[in-house]
Amino acid sequence: MSVTVLLFASYADALGAPSVSVDLPDEATVADVLAAVAQRPGAELLPALPLVAVNQRYAGVSTRVSPGDEIALIPPVAGG
Amino acid sequence: MTRAQLVRDPIEANALVREVAAPAHGAILLFLGVVREVNDGRGVTGIEYSAYEAMAQRELEAIAAEAAARFGSESVAIVHRLGELGLEEASVGIAVAHAHRDEAYALSRWTIEELKRRVPIWKREHYVDGTREWVDPTGRPVAEVSP
Repeated sequence: MSVTVLLFASYADALGAPSVSVDLPDEATVADVLAAVAQRPGAELLPALPLVAVNQRYAGVSTRVSPGDEIALIPPVAGG
Repeated sequence: MTRAQLVRDPIEANALVREVAAPAHGAILLFLGVVREVNDGRGVTGIEYSAYEAMAQRELEAIAAEAAARFGSESVAIVHRLGELGLEEASVGIAVAHAHRDEAYALSRWTIEELKRRVPIWKREHYVDGTREWVDPTGRPVAEVSP
């Protein structure tokens, strides 16, 4: 399956785009998403384990990912 | 009734205070986070705020609701501004009210700390030398952008 991964702030700058599309095996997890994103040019600027949100909630690496999920990599937050 | 909102226009402090006032409350506190001229020894001319807006809105609403439940007052209003801000402009405003001051202070402090910990908002500082940099509170080096 193919999923879109949203990127923000310094991560969007690093990969040069506000989102990337990645191909994943069926029954994929957040760990598979991170492995796929890590193959992209610029991803070497990201930490090994960035925070991830699935459907607008923080998610661990073992969280299952389904087609149509809204997946985002979350740079260190700096609100306030 | 709590309120949490991302905004693009300047934060109206007086309106926030009026919003949480009620006859049952003996204490009202307003916290404003404002853009200051120096960060880590570098001269700052302004800050650009951006967000994962749908999730940030959801997290702000969750924090307001959790704060209300935790401290026993529904009078919590949180606004966070996005876009380009100049020196002394408020990026965040938190107004809270409670029957008593001890709880009001605790409620206000808890709310801003939770906001800084978990709401997906980012800021890029603009410096006097013309450079811009994403702020990373964890201290990890981040990519620098030339003007």
